[in-house]
Amino acid sequence: MIKKEIIALLLAGGQGSRLGVLTKNVAKPAVLYGGKYRIIDFSLSNCTNSGIDTVGVLTQYQPLKLNSHIGIGKPWDMDRIDGGVTILSPYLKAEIGEWFKGTANAVYQNIHYIDKYSPRYVIILSGDHVYKMNYSKMLDFHKENNADATISVINVPYEEASRYGIMNCHENGKIYEFEEKPRNPKSTLASMGVYIFNWDILREYLIKDNETPGSDNDFGKNVIPAMLNDGKSMWAYQFSGYWKDVGTIQSFWESNMDLVSRVPEFNLYDPEWRIYTPNPVKPAHYIGLNACVKKSIVAEGCEVLGTVINSVLFPGAVVEEGAYIEDSIIMSNSIVKRNTSVKKCIISEWVTIAENCRLGEGEDIPNEYKPGIYNSGITVVGEEARIPAGAVIGKNVMIDIGANEEDFTTLTVESGKSVFKGGVRE
Amino acid sequence: MKNVMGIILSGGKSTKLKELSTMRSTLAVPVGGKYRAVDFVLSNMVNSGITNVGVITQYSFRSLMDHLGSGKEWDLDRKTDGLFIFPPFLSDENSGWYRGTADAMYNNLTFLKRSNEEYVVISQGNCVYTTTFDKLLEAHKETDADITIMYREMNDIPVEELTNMGILQVDSTQRVIDFQEKPLNPNSILGSLGTYIIKRELLISLLEESVAHGYYDFVMDIIIKMLNKLKIYGYKYNGYWRSISSVQMYYKCNMELLNPAINKELLGSAKVFTKVKDEAPAKYNEEAEVKNSIIADGCIIEGKVENSVLFRGVTVKRGAVVKDSIIMQGSVVEENSTLNYAILDKNVTLSKNRCLKGEETWPIIIGKNVIV
Repeated sequence: MIKKEIIALLLAGGQGSRLGVLTKNVAKPAVLYGGKYRIIDFSLSNCTNSGIDTVGVLTQYQPLKLNSHIGIGKPWDMDRIDGGVTILSPYLKAEIGEWFKGTANAVYQNIHYIDKYSPRYVIILSGDHVYKMNYSKMLDFHKENNADATISVINVPYEEASRYGIMNCHENGKIYEFEEKPRNPKSTLASMGVYIFNWDILREYLIKDNETPGSDNDFGKNVIPAMLNDGKSMWAYQFSGYWKDVGTIQSFWESNMDLVSRVPEFNLYDPEWRIYTPNPVKPAHYIGLNACVKKSIVAEGCEVLGTVINSVLFPGAVVEEGAYIEDSIIMSNSIVKRNTSVKKCIISEWVTIAENCRLGEGEDIPNEYKPGIYNSGITVVGEEARIPAGAVIGKNVMIDIGANEEDFTTLTVESGKSVFKGGVRE
Repeated sequence: MKNVMGIILSGGKSTKLKELSTMRSTLAVPVGGKYRAVDFVLSNMVNSGITNVGVITQYSFRSLMDHLGSGKEWDLDRKTDGLFIFPPFLSDENSGWYRGTADAMYNNLTFLKRSNEEYVVISQGNCVYTTTFDKLLEAHKETDADITIMYREMNDIPVEELTNMGILQVDSTQRVIDFQEKPLNPNSILGSLGTYIIKRELLISLLEESVAHGYYDFVMDIIIKMLNKLKIYGYKYNGYWRSISSVQMYYKCNMELLNPAINKELLGSAKVFTKVKDEAPAKYNEEAEVKNSIIADGCIIEGKVENSVLFRGVTVKRGAVVKDSIIMQGSVVEENSTLNYAILDKNVTLSKNRCLKGEETWPIIIGKNVIV
C-alpha cells in the first residue's frame, strides 16, 4: 500500500434532527442543497480540490442515500487504485458489535483503516457544513508550527459565540484553552469541526479516550481538552469566507437563499474550485413563453412555464403555467401544477402539488407538533408527498413524507398544523 | 441487443456548416444547450444495449476526441468492448486518409474482425434523434434482408436540403427499389437517415470486395451498386430527426427544440448522455427577462433572452437583449448589446453597446474566441 501523507476522515453520521422531515429518511450530509448538490459534496469537493485522494466516510444514520450518492467516488475523481473513497459503517466485531458512540469513537473504531495507509497526518472533517476551503493551506500551517493538532476556526458574532466550541489563543494562534459552548465567551473564534492531527499522536489519544470511563468519546468534549491538558502543541488556523452549519430549517433556507443574491458571498461559479456531485442525465432547462424567472437559480431538466422569484429549483422541477413560486426551494423532480402558489416553502424531491393550491399563506404560528423545528414561517413538504387540488396550506406546516390525497382530511391546513402519512404520528 | 455492435461515421468535410465546422468535426458541433451532435447517436446505441462502438473520424477530430474521452459518460469505459475511436493513420497500405466511408471501415477491419457480434449498426454521427435500434433489428430479421436502411418521410424539411441526402424509393414490401445519393432533383421525399443494419460477416466481405475494386464509398459503391444483387430493405422511422448538414439546418434544429412538443419527444423520455462539466445551476438576477429559451447550467443572466438556446456558462449582462440566437459555451454578451438571429461559437465576447443582426434564413455566425 502506498504511504499517504494525509488522509481524510469525513464524519457523515449525523442525523440533523432539527431539519425535521428533511432528515427523516436521510442523514444530514445527504440533504439537498443549492440547486444541485448534497451537503456532503462541499467537504468531498474540498478534498478533491485540496489534493486529498483518500477519504473514509463514516456513516451511521440512514446511510442508504448517502452510500448510493457517493458510490465509488467517481464524481470527485476518487475512483482510485490506491485510496479513493471508502464508506466506513459500524460493524460487528468478534466479541461485540456496536454503533459509533461519538465522533472520536467513530474514528477509534476505524483505526485499522487509517493504519493501512500509515499517513503522517489525518484531517477530520464533518459532512454537515457548506463551505469552500483549501485544506492544503491548513496543512502547511500545521507543518510550519510543528503542531500536534491544528483546529480550523472562524470568527463568529459575539452573540452567537456561546453556541460553538470556542478556542482561546495567543496572538500567534497557539491555543491555550478550549471552551465548549461557553456562557461568557472570551473570544469569538469558533471551531469549524475541521481538525488536522499527527496520526501517531491522535492514535494514542483515541485509545486512551476509549479506555476512559464516562467519556462521551467526542473530539470537542474529550479528545481536544485532553490533549490541551497534556500541553500538546495545538494551533488555531483562521478561516475566512463562507461557512454555514445548515442545521435548522431556517438556516437551511437562508443559506440556500444566500445563493440567489446578485453577487453571492458563496460563489459556486468559480472554475478553480468546482463543487462536484453526480450529474443528472437531463437536458438544459426550458423557460416557457409566458414564464418569468427572477433572482433564482434553476438547474438542468427544469421546465418553468409560470413565475419563479427568489427561489432555488433543483434538477427536473416543473412549474406549470400560472403557478407562482416565491422564496421557496423546490427539490428534484417535484411538480407544481397550474395556478398554484408556493411562498416560503421547502418542497422535497418527487412531490406533486396539484392545481389551484395556495401554500405558505396565513399567520406565522409555530408548529403544534414540533414547535422547536418549524417556527420560522417556513412550510416544509416531505418527499413524495401529493397535495390535492385546491388545498390551502398555512405557514410552519409540516407535510409528512409520502402523505397523499387521502391523508388530507380537509383542504385547509392552517398555520402550525401537520399532515401525517396515514394519519399516524411517529 | 447484446448481439449488435455499432459504427459511427463522420461523413465528409462539410463546408455548409461554415465556421461551425472549420475547427471541429461535424460530430462535435454543439446542439441543444449541452450536447454535441454525436451524443444522440451514441446514446441511441447505448440505450439499445450496444456496448461495442467504433467512431470513425476524419477531419479536425481533436474536439471530438476531447469530448468522447474514454467513453465514461456513455458507460462505455469497459474491460471488454466499449468505445473505440479511429482517426485515419498512415501505414504501408494506406495513405493516412480515408478515401470514403467504406475505405474508412476497411482500414479498421481488425475492429470488425475481432468483434464477435452478429450484426452491425452503422450510423451517421451528425444526426439529432432519439430512438433505440431494437425495432430496426426486428424488421431486418423479419424481411431476412442483407441490409436494412432507416428512412423517413422528409416532409418537414425544405426541399433544397433533400439534395444533401440519400433519397430512396421502396415497394410495398419495403424493399428499396431506387436510391439516389444527393440528387439534384429528388424523385421522392423518403430520405435515408444514414443508419443501416447489416450482418458483420457480410459487411466485412462487402468492404473487402469493394475496396479491392477501388471503390471507397459505402453508399455509392455498396448500397447503390448492389441494389439489385442484395436484398436491401427500408425501415421507416416516424419520429423527429434532423441532420446537422448546413447552418440553416443547424439553426432550425436548435430553434425547434424550443417547441415543447418536439423537446418532449426528443428529450422527454430518452436519456441523452454527454460529457459533464460540473457547472453550478443557472442563475437569474433581478433584471432577467427570459422567455421561450433553453438555458444550460452555469449561465448567469441579467438581461433579456427570447427564443434562444444558451449553452453552459454563458453570461448575458444588464441591458443586453438576445433574440432568436444560439450562444455556445462560455460566451459573454456585455451590457446593452443586442443580438438577433446570431450564432455565437464558444468563448465569444460581444462588447458593450454592440449590435449584431442576421436573418432567420441566414443567421450570422461569429467564430470561436472572437471579441466583437
